[in-house]
Amino acid sequence: MKSTIKKFFFTKMLIGLGAIALLSGCVNDQSSKKYKNAVDIPVNQEMIAELTSPPFVPTPVGKRMAKKLIVDLEIQEREGEMVSGVKYIYWTFGGTVPGSFIRTRVGDEIEFHLKNHPDNKLPHNIDLHAVNGPGGGAESSFVAPGHEKVFSFKVLNPGLYVYHCATAPVGMHIANGMYGLILVEPEGGLAPVDKEYYIMQGDFYTEGKYGERGLQAFDMQKAIDENADYVVFNGHVGAMTGDNAITAKVGETVRLFVGNGGPNLVSSFHVIGEIFDRVHVEGGDLINDNVQTTMIPAGGAAIVEFLVDVPGTFILVDHSIFRAFNKGALAMLKVEGEENEKVFTGEIHDGIYLPEGSVIQSMPSLDRNAPKEEVKALSFEEKMKFGKDKYMATCVACHQANGQGIEGAFPPLANADYLNADVNRAIDIVLHGKSGEITVNGKKYNSVMTAQALSDQDVANVLTYVYNSWGNNKTDVTPEMVEAVRNK
Amino acid sequence: MKYYSTALFLVFSIFCELYAQNNKMVLVEGGVYLPLYGAEGKTVKVAPFLMDALPVTNADYLKFVQENPKWKKSNVKSLFADKSYLAKWTDDTTFTGLKDAPVNNVSWFAAKNYCECQGKRLPTIDEWEYAAMADENVPDARKIKTYNQYILNWYETPKTFNKPVGSTFKNYWGIYDLHGLVWEWTQDFNAVLISGESRKDVDKDANLFCGSAAIGASDLMNYAAFMRFAFRGSMKARYSSQNLGFRCAKDIEN
Repeated sequence: MKSTIKKFFFTKMLIGLGAIALLSGCVNDQSSKKYKNAVDIPVNQEMIAELTSPPFVPTPVGKRMAKKLIVDLEIQEREGEMVSGVKYIYWTFGGTVPGSFIRTRVGDEIEFHLKNHPDNKLPHNIDLHAVNGPGGGAESSFVAPGHEKVFSFKVLNPGLYVYHCATAPVGMHIANGMYGLILVEPEGGLAPVDKEYYIMQGDFYTEGKYGERGLQAFDMQKAIDENADYVVFNGHVGAMTGDNAITAKVGETVRLFVGNGGPNLVSSFHVIGEIFDRVHVEGGDLINDNVQTTMIPAGGAAIVEFLVDVPGTFILVDHSIFRAFNKGALAMLKVEGEENEKVFTGEIHDGIYLPEGSVIQSMPSLDRNAPKEEVKALSFEEKMKFGKDKYMATCVACHQANGQGIEGAFPPLANADYLNADVNRAIDIVLHGKSGEITVNGKKYNSVMTAQALSDQDVANVLTYVYNSWGNNKTDVTPEMVEAVRNK
Repeated sequence: MKYYSTALFLVFSIFCELYAQNNKMVLVEGGVYLPLYGAEGKTVKVAPFLMDALPVTNADYLKFVQENPKWKKSNVKSLFADKSYLAKWTDDTTFTGLKDAPVNNVSWFAAKNYCECQGKRLPTIDEWEYAAMADENVPDARKIKTYNQYILNWYETPKTFNKPVGSTFKNYWGIYDLHGLVWEWTQDFNAVLISGESRKDVDKDANLFCGSAAIGASDLMNYAAFMRFAFRGSMKARYSSQNLGFRCAKDIEN
């Protein structure tokens, strides 16, 4: 209940006071006063709250005094796209999943206007975890379609809080997207950073499996069984990948306000290739430094901050990793700027490791004098079988079981124009890897495929399998073709 | 306030033009059922009653307001209907949408008076829920998965109020459209939330929020019923809503 205002802010306040007094005619003694109890912080003036759609956040509160803040939020039940070709009826706070971001400071008095659009079928309400009061406001905000409810509360505890709908059946309202974040900054605001973004994870339960086309209804049984078809950031697959990726420049500090709407799953939030310099654990006062993966409970949040040292695309995932690769829990942070080899050099050597005292030697394929491995002449059926096994062991994690890939992250191989256009290029990519932007079936991809340490025979098998599956052009790739590319 | 306005209304409602309306009624045989709320885990007896086979339509309601001008959009007392009363009607006698689509945006007071003017009444929650348990073949389909999914799906489908009455399935009793077009007013729609039952108010959280909604409910899997109860709980008698219509019921005359 109590919020103590830190000495640090107090001193800063005093220094800034002279300047403020010059700029503003309405300064009174309250700005320099310390309030032991946040309940006593007086408010002056009224302000309409700036609300933003994800991944953006409103302007920081900075040094502004506590105000009466008017929040105007409309509930809309509307159709959206879960993943390309899959429609879903979302229930939303402000038209987006997650709902609009609300930014306040300790001591603000919030006058909350919750509007339920007349076209909506259902009553709704809002439970804000930042509220001290029965139901977090749920009771006072229960609003019928075509009506508006007004209630007010004072924010007392700094931190990042989830809000959600709490109308029966609660699970279904949350599962359809009714959640968002409300930030309560301490007096004087959070320390300034270069970039701030809003990300919220949620799990979805549909009648059809992942990717099954058409309008998909909510599946109550799957939700009760906690068997999610989609686990996504910001409401749908690809909400933050490709052109929608969030961005930063080398040397900037990025702050992510990360929430988890649930309804069921706990998130192991991780950014591939970054270490969080600071984490406001569970969105509260506790700071943890140097964190690899932070746990975000359903109905909870965390603030993570990190300096980006090198350029590249950093993938944000739920490190319960099948959710990332198979259910959509992937987002991207694209960082532009100068390479910094002190921090990261990229690949400098590729050798073979043989235990039992052998010295490191280079790849046999690069060694002109190494004996050629024996190439067996395989039947087409055998090549397909071995190729499939190799595909399932090596390629499936990214390109998926039926070659469909993951839009925005991993390009498809099924019926893929890029693949069918040039077999030698395909062989080259398997042998030497590929990075940079390519366009496959009209969609842009910009990620990294590593070089694969496979024999010529293996490459021939796996590519023959790929070319003779999923509507591709039935090229029969031979070890000789692979060798030719390798020797180029 | 609620009782005051209801009393005032009773005086007001005596003066209405009676006219015969041709909506066919069907017999719902009585029986017992376990409601989602309100019976402390006990089954409730429902006496046999008659129910309109179809919801009241735009055309039906137009006739009603012509014969009872106090219910015209421009005449209606704000005590008995809020601003969204007949919101999509362009004037007192012109509705939008199909003439045989269910009327919507009518208040409880208006719906109740409509039924009374025909010598009928609104169905009670128990009667409505009892009749609506039926699918095409059986009187109680609540445990059938496809039946529940059907109802949940229409709750999620927008703008179903534009469809003509009779366009969904005919249930076991011969009643159409209990699920699929609009929510429907009931006589005692707010009986569950606004409980006069003091034991309940003391011992339990009688609100339908968060986990509390699961306390005192008889069937945690009946999401469709949860949604109906939540909807009813959000309404007041003077409210009206785009997705809310009504039909009438009647006691069996001996």
